[in-house]
Amino acid sequence: MSTLIAILVLGVIAALFGALLGFASVRFKVEGDPLAEQLDALLPQTQCGQCGYPGCKPYAEAVANGEAINKCAPGGEDTIKKIAELMGVEVQPLDANHEADNTPKVAFIIEEDCIGCTKCIQACPVDAIIGTTKQMHTIIADECTGCDLCVAPCPVDCIEMIPVATTTQNWQWDLQSIPVVQID
Amino acid sequence: MTDYLLLLVGTVLVNNFVLVNFLGLCPFMGVSSRTETAIGMSFATTFVMTLASLLSYVVSTYILSPLGLEYLTTMTFILVIAVVVQFTEMVVHKTSANLYRLLGIFLPLITTNCAVLGVALLNLQEQHNFFESIVYGFGAALGFSLVLIMFSAMREKLANADVPTPFKGSAIAMITAGLMSLAFMGFTGLVKF
Amino acid sequence: MESVIERIQKGNFWQFHGGIHPPEQKFLTCTKPIASAQIPEQLIIPIRQHIGQAGDLIVSVGDKVLKGQILSVGDNPMSLPIHAPTSGTVTAIKLMAIPHPSGLRETCLILTPDGEDTWQQRHICPDFQLLSKGKILEKIVNAGIAGMGGAGFPTQVKVSTLAKIEYLIINAAECEPYITADDLLIQEHSPTILDGIKILDHLLAPQNILIGIEDNKAKAIETLQKATADIDHIQVCVIPTKYPSGGEKQLIKILTGQEVPSGVLPSSLGMVMQNVATCFAIADAVINDTPLIKRVVTVSGQALDKPQNVWALIGTPVGYLTEQCGYSNSHDKHLIMGGPMMGFSLANDQIPVIKTTNCILAPSEIEIASPFSSTSSKEVECIRCGQCADVCPAQLLPQELQWSAKAKDQPQLEKLNLFDCIECGACAYVCPSQIPLVHYYRVAKAEIRQQKLLDIKAEKAKVRFEARKLRLEREKIAREEKHKKAAEARKARMNAGTPAAKSEKSAVAAALARVKAKKAQAGSNQDIVSQADSSVEQIDDNKSQVANAIARAKAKKLAQKSQTPISTADAEQDTDNAAIAPKAQPVVTDKKAKVAAAIAKAKKRQATEQASNSDTQVLSTEETTPVSATSGAVQEPITDEKSQLPINKKAKVAAAIAKAKARAKAKKETDGNINAQPSSTSTDKPTVVPAQEQYTLAAVASNKATVTLHTETPVAISPVNKTATASDERKKKVAAAIAKAKAKKLVEKTQQASPSTSEVKISESDSKPTTEAAIAANKKARVAAAIAKAKAKKLAASSDKSQPSE
Repeated sequence: MSTLIAILVLGVIAALFGALLGFASVRFKVEGDPLAEQLDALLPQTQCGQCGYPGCKPYAEAVANGEAINKCAPGGEDTIKKIAELMGVEVQPLDANHEADNTPKVAFIIEEDCIGCTKCIQACPVDAIIGTTKQMHTIIADECTGCDLCVAPCPVDCIEMIPVATTTQNWQWDLQSIPVVQID
Repeated sequence: MTDYLLLLVGTVLVNNFVLVNFLGLCPFMGVSSRTETAIGMSFATTFVMTLASLLSYVVSTYILSPLGLEYLTTMTFILVIAVVVQFTEMVVHKTSANLYRLLGIFLPLITTNCAVLGVALLNLQEQHNFFESIVYGFGAALGFSLVLIMFSAMREKLANADVPTPFKGSAIAMITAGLMSLAFMGFTGLVKF
Repeated sequence: MESVIERIQKGNFWQFHGGIHPPEQKFLTCTKPIASAQIPEQLIIPIRQHIGQAGDLIVSVGDKVLKGQILSVGDNPMSLPIHAPTSGTVTAIKLMAIPHPSGLRETCLILTPDGEDTWQQRHICPDFQLLSKGKILEKIVNAGIAGMGGAGFPTQVKVSTLAKIEYLIINAAECEPYITADDLLIQEHSPTILDGIKILDHLLAPQNILIGIEDNKAKAIETLQKATADIDHIQVCVIPTKYPSGGEKQLIKILTGQEVPSGVLPSSLGMVMQNVATCFAIADAVINDTPLIKRVVTVSGQALDKPQNVWALIGTPVGYLTEQCGYSNSHDKHLIMGGPMMGFSLANDQIPVIKTTNCILAPSEIEIASPFSSTSSKEVECIRCGQCADVCPAQLLPQELQWSAKAKDQPQLEKLNLFDCIECGACAYVCPSQIPLVHYYRVAKAEIRQQKLLDIKAEKAKVRFEARKLRLEREKIAREEKHKKAAEARKARMNAGTPAAKSEKSAVAAALARVKAKKAQAGSNQDIVSQADSSVEQIDDNKSQVANAIARAKAKKLAQKSQTPISTADAEQDTDNAAIAPKAQPVVTDKKAKVAAAIAKAKKRQATEQASNSDTQVLSTEETTPVSATSGAVQEPITDEKSQLPINKKAKVAAAIAKAKARAKAKKETDGNINAQPSSTSTDKPTVVPAQEQYTLAAVASNKATVTLHTETPVAISPVNKTATASDERKKKVAAAIAKAKAKKLVEKTQQASPSTSEVKISESDSKPTTEAAIAANKKARVAAAIAKAKAKKLAASSDKSQPSE
């Protein structure tokens, strides 16, 4: 008898709490996935697709759902570190398949070779190429993310990826190259 | 009134749950790498502990004792705590997505935080009345928050400090926690029950 | 409470936090007069010498310029012009190392002086009161004046502020060791400086003018006090010597007791600060119409025999100045631009003096060791003594900053107000562990700035990406809508039973036939071959293969063409052609088969395209016609007998171009082109005849559309010209470009890439003498070049690919 009462009591309590939780889950329903948004903010937005997803946002969503965090080649170690911190997981080295130097680059169209096929325009994920059929194309260097996607479609190989030139604006101090000595 | 105050000070400092009773060490080590996270965790834990001690008192006094089901105490308390934690998680998720993200896995892990179950069981053991239970739960949570935030502040500094290589990371954190524990033991005798 | 002015009059100043007292070393130069400017052999004038944008150069190489002539203009408020410091010739405009710690190169103008130092026309204006404020500001801008104390902020931006100005502060503190340029300038030119101050007074109308000067410049103080004795609202404030009292925020604190909040300009607090040298330049510009072309530079240091202040023309290489002052340490040069605290080491001595250069330091090795001579720094771990925090004039926590900088903790650095650091170097000066703190901050600052730029860029990219996705989505929906409508319309027509419906049905039939043809392709099939020609059977295996391929292609085409009577006729003709082909060529290599296959492939693709567009009758007509052009192209190489191998390749090229042409045409949808279609078919046919000649063949084939003017036989030209002029120009371009593209792919199949390249070239160069239009030749050369390039690129990868086929 007492066993029955015990079971009954526990059952009633559990049912009560269950009802409470059920109510709460309806009352405090959360729309969207803030995690994916935050991951997206960490990604470099080159939209290069090297991770295997068509853009940074889809990859961010995939990571939020458990995809490996080490597939962003343009972001490199820094991005992986940030994602790891956000996700609360261990930092992993960049995926071997995506080993790439992530020096900032920008695409450049050799204009006399361009035939105006518009293939690169279609490939550009950020619409950074202007031009039209049978007219010479050119790249808006400021908008180019250096994703490399326009190079392959070009039938005449007139697109080159050139490293972004160092200017006094983006120059970084390098303590190794300028040995530092105390002044007294 | 003085009793309640003494009880509060006693639980926060003298019988600090983390550094004296060594309860709830898991989040203490896990969520203390950033102050921001630690503060969030403190709030969540305070909420859960206070609510859990209240509910467990109610359940134990008005349901279990009259029915002579004291042997079900632990089981029921776990149920109560789990529900409170789940509830908290939903609330936090709704109200502060950022905090929810920062706390990550540690929020549901409050369920298994021994400090919470500890507070409920200790309430029973010390035969606290309703208000004492609440004060005890709140005090324990306050103590937990205090050391967690202090510890996380220290760890933030440690992260940038030039710690000898063998001591980097968890090692130096453990040492720091040990030193803090020693310091808190110095409060013994401050309040006499 | 006593007012600020009362306090100042009592000599009772405020103090800023921290500060240090490094050895002053000013005695080296402070007693010697300023040496006059000498003209070096060459002046290197960077086009950007201040904070902000560079102007656009308005002179070019070879121009003769006069002294003071403006060399660049800019339309941005943050851009300043530069001027010729002396008369001479602009000998070059090129990238040269600029005075920047990075030693990076920027555009500089090289001026070779003619030694005559001829001024341009100047308009001296003795009384500036007669000028309007706008006019004075214009003069200041046109003189290219930037803050000469070190930062180089454009002066007109500072003095054109609309805020009500309470204090105009003239900075004569010159707190950094060694530097005496301002000291000497005051001693020698106080009237001009005073004029400058009066002009600023006129512009800004401040309530008080405070001249802040450190008490270690006795002579300068005396001169200033004498000069300003009769002006009430100018106060010469003799402040105690302490580094860095010359910092803008520090001097404001000393003189007025106010602290400039982080991220706020002093002008919003009713204060403007100008350097004395800037005042001098302003007076010179407004009164004497002399732009900023020279400045006082302290050339000091124990490695010099005669350290002194010199008037230096902007653009003078520092090496020239040190030579003038007797630089003895010539083998191991170490030069610092700026003072010992805030300056930077120069990579070489050909770096020019610019508007902000106030000091060139040539220290001996004992005085300041060269960073380039020692390989390791003497830095040791921080001992947390806290001295750096004591001396920091910005009241920051240098050691915390240092740890965070080492850990690259950017949020923490910003929380610690890294950007309020003025990089004065006081912390590094007192550090017992010899940690180069400022360098850590500079690195961290650059990194944070970079990160911010990247963040902005990422945000922009994201927005653009999203916008693009939206656009594609919209287009897709629109397309689907269109297809749906078209499908509905078709259905309606089918049901209507009109003649149009019949043609729809025939399209379906065509599709069925296509499927059949594909099946036929799988097994070698007699039916279709017989359709082509029975004589095929007599030829050897190779030949039959070719025939098979061609026939296959034809069959497919036939099926397509059954839609329109006209194109059916065409196809039949083509079938005949295909049949003739093997006959004319007794030994056919499998290369031809490949060509045929390629053509077949192309046709197949067209067919698919066609199928998708089958609702439009016009389009199908358009597409089928070029196909016959393709077959024409195949025919030509085959008829040639003399050299098979190169010809084969040519054939391929021709085929490719024809294919390309076909595709290009399919894309042209203007009705004018429909008319042009049959004509292009006829274009091909006459060309066949003259094309028998071996050496022009490839050229003609590959440039049929392109270089119709090239063919030596007028017979060919005339019909072509007549019929195809309309689309000629367009075709030309497309064909040339696509030929390039195709060539790239074709080469993958050939193993003798290089000979064939030369072959193409030869054939082209052969045809050149016959050329009438030079433009076309140029175009051809470019095509050839492109082909060669593409081939060379692919050669390595594909050398063995087609070995068996040869």
